[in-house]
Amino acid sequence: MRVTFTANGKPVEADDVWEGESLLYVLRERVGLPGSKNACEQGECGSCTVYLDGVPVCSCLVAAGQVQDREVRTVEGLAEETGELGLVQQAFVDAGAVQCGFCTPGLLVQTDALLEKDTQPSDNDIREALSGNLCRCTGYEKIMDAVRLASARKCAGEVS
Amino acid sequence: MATRTIQGQKNLQNINQASKDGIGGSPLRPDGNLKVRGEFAYSSDLWHEDMLWGMALRSPHPRANILSVDISEALKVPGVYAVLTHEDIPGSKYYGLEIRDQPVLAIDKIRYHGEAIALVAADHPETARRAVKKIKVEYEVLTPIVTEEQCLDPETHGYVHEPHEYKSHAYGNICHEQKLVSGLGVTDEVRAMADVIVSGDYEVGMQDQAFLGPESGLAVPAEDGGIDLYIATQWLHVDREQMAPVLDLPEEKVRLTLAGVGGAFGGREDISMQIHACLLAQHTDKPVKIVYSRDESFYGHVHRHPARMHYEHGATRDGKLVFADCRIVLDGGAYASASPAVVGNAASLGHGPYVIPNVKMHAIALYSNNPSCGAMRGFGAVQAAFGYESQMDKLAAELGMDPVELRQLNAMSEGDFMPTGQQIDSPAPVVELLQRAKDMPLPPPLDTEHLDVRALPGALSNTSHGEGIVRGVGYSVGIKNVGFSEGFDDYSTARVRLEVIGGEPVAMVHTAMAEVGQGGVTVHAQIVRTELGVEQVTIHPANTEVGSAGSTSASRQTYMTGGAVKLAAEAVGRALIEKGRRRYGWTHQDITLAGGKVVSESAGVLVPMVDLLGDEAIDLTREHHHRPTQAFDKETGQGFGHVQYTFCANRAVVDVDVELGLVKVVELTAVQDVGKALNPLSVVGQIQGGCTQALGLAVMEEIIVRDGKVRNASFTDYLIPTILDTPPIPVDVLELPDPHAPYGLRGVGEAPTVSATPSIVAAIRNATGLALNRIPVRPEHLTTEQPG
Repeated sequence: MRVTFTANGKPVEADDVWEGESLLYVLRERVGLPGSKNACEQGECGSCTVYLDGVPVCSCLVAAGQVQDREVRTVEGLAEETGELGLVQQAFVDAGAVQCGFCTPGLLVQTDALLEKDTQPSDNDIREALSGNLCRCTGYEKIMDAVRLASARKCAGEVS
Repeated sequence: MATRTIQGQKNLQNINQASKDGIGGSPLRPDGNLKVRGEFAYSSDLWHEDMLWGMALRSPHPRANILSVDISEALKVPGVYAVLTHEDIPGSKYYGLEIRDQPVLAIDKIRYHGEAIALVAADHPETARRAVKKIKVEYEVLTPIVTEEQCLDPETHGYVHEPHEYKSHAYGNICHEQKLVSGLGVTDEVRAMADVIVSGDYEVGMQDQAFLGPESGLAVPAEDGGIDLYIATQWLHVDREQMAPVLDLPEEKVRLTLAGVGGAFGGREDISMQIHACLLAQHTDKPVKIVYSRDESFYGHVHRHPARMHYEHGATRDGKLVFADCRIVLDGGAYASASPAVVGNAASLGHGPYVIPNVKMHAIALYSNNPSCGAMRGFGAVQAAFGYESQMDKLAAELGMDPVELRQLNAMSEGDFMPTGQQIDSPAPVVELLQRAKDMPLPPPLDTEHLDVRALPGALSNTSHGEGIVRGVGYSVGIKNVGFSEGFDDYSTARVRLEVIGGEPVAMVHTAMAEVGQGGVTVHAQIVRTELGVEQVTIHPANTEVGSAGSTSASRQTYMTGGAVKLAAEAVGRALIEKGRRRYGWTHQDITLAGGKVVSESAGVLVPMVDLLGDEAIDLTREHHHRPTQAFDKETGQGFGHVQYTFCANRAVVDVDVELGLVKVVELTAVQDVGKALNPLSVVGQIQGGCTQALGLAVMEEIIVRDGKVRNASFTDYLIPTILDTPPIPVDVLELPDPHAPYGLRGVGEAPTVSATPSIVAAIRNATGLALNRIPVRPEHLTTEQPG
């Protein structure tokens, strides 16, 4: 089947899609967006998290056909229009929250969604919001630091 | 490098200190931006025109004879390009990290659940999956040999490998064994010298590395008849060494390039899909990609050895250890993998960082029909630490002593001897690490006025509003070796090139080091900045065009490959200065490199590097060998076996819901001596990550194996800590230099994984009064076990 949708603001079209393919597979293997990651492919690890019509979802659990005519935003769409790193991306680099980086794309999307909803989440809010994103390298401490840093910068940016 | 002020009159430039992005600084990762943009190319992201997908058929039985394999139906599936069995292998049919005992594809026998039997290459992963299902295998299913008792009675239960097949010192179903005796050993007379004796039986479940990036890679057949493999691994050269004989190619025609690695933790030390992808690529003459699913990943790599241990400790009434006796049985599973080295570690480190006058030890690894076990962070020291630290708490309770004081009373320090007879010849601040862990302020008590269920045991399950919750505190300390031991010449190679690019001096570092997330690439650039005084450093992709860097394991890469980068950079620096002496006739004895210039401490700037280099490059390669070690004597365990030791102490604070058996780790403090923190941000990240894997082993992580079958090969059923399960992890870092190591550094990655687990179990015992002799501690242990 053919699937057409919007990815990071641009129209994309995938041909010869087998009905059993997930959105994750189509992104990674058919439309050149391998940033979303394939760690468990059963909705447990969160590394494939993307926005679907503005809502974060595990793209491994979305059948490709379900995204027909809808909007998808992936980690590749989090940078500024100028090409600079986005605020959340920069905070993850600065805080040392990236080691192997395989969980990072999903965490970035989920953190972006959290800070859209609440610019000043408490530590427990952060932990709740990111509890569906597994990381095996960092022990999460630097990820907490990154989210706190992104929150502080976002608030400072809004004030100024 | 110390801050330096240059006195010379020609000091017109501002060169008064070492680069802030040199060693000791925390510059950001060179791969960080690509990783947060989603543009870093992991091994599973690779793509090639005309690429096929490879997939393996795996055995549903742990032990069976293969009566027949029929691939005819699979070959008929449209889109299938090849179906291979062991009969299609051009060269050797076996591989293995230390002992070549594992068939590339099963030959007549199945030895573990998930063993690969046949391979398919097809145009779509789903086509490959369907073709795999059409391969018909006729099995004669046999009763698996899975328990210690069954393994040790081969006359009754059979052999995992027929004795005539053994390619090592194995006997019975024992893959490897190491004994150790020191002092008077442990005899009835020695026992009589102790006022108090405590003993215990301890068990450790099978832990998985659970790296997030699945095993994957892309094999591309080359025009010269060779093959190029882009791969996520821990050691490119040892992969190649095992691959070439199977592919029947000379090593130089098997070229490996490191693709992006999504974590490793020991699980990529062995071959997984490397040979399979290359065989399919050779056979089809097309590029072949293999990407494991998560369940296949659980079958496709080795795990941490489960262990059964018996410990006995004797002490005087005032708490001085008199003797320790231990037997450790590690289940190595079907194939040897790293079992011999794991046994060596368990035996030599299995009595912990304590001075014990009389010691006995017997450690073995079994061959069984359980999944193969090998390298995982902590490597043999993790299992033992749970045993000896549980014993320390038991002994403290028996003596009525403070558990930290008991440990400190018996702690080793520099100059003391290991039970192997090896003298500790660099700092061993065990007493201080424990003291610092104890002196850290405790977290506030549970605030019953302002409860947030997310911070309680059960968290979002909303299982308690504070009732039935008891707090406990526990301590532990652990010891780990750094680098490969027992006489292995564990060297690393590095190439450094210095040239002018765009009017600036630029250094390039080329090694075969596997960057698996640890930050080695950051550190290499820091070392070069410090040694060569240049700011611009690029990292060449890791591949087999340069000599071996050894494995990214055993906490060794900064020490070993970092050491090689230091040697190569120093050689480049010397060559540069020599070039200047020849050209300008300098006679200064105080020449160094800083700020992109050649500098004399007394005379100031001699020449900018760009002028001295001109169009020429200086390109030098160096090997770094650590000091030699010795094999342990098989019977006595004596020998200068390890390169370096590393120590970490922890304090865990837990809240336990004693009614439901749920545990929330409230805080997990770590204090570690790192010798010299080359990159403090990364060092702390390693320690926190290592503690969290230890937390997983303490309270949740175990591959459940029943009758040889894996029952939980998914992240739905194999649980690793989430951010809600993981507490704040305060880290206190000591920097006591090791005179034998580059920059005085000490390997960092593993010590916290060794030491943190027992502190958590100790805290749960402290809260509940239960004995808890098995990890991971599960809810049923907490709700049904009687106080011990």
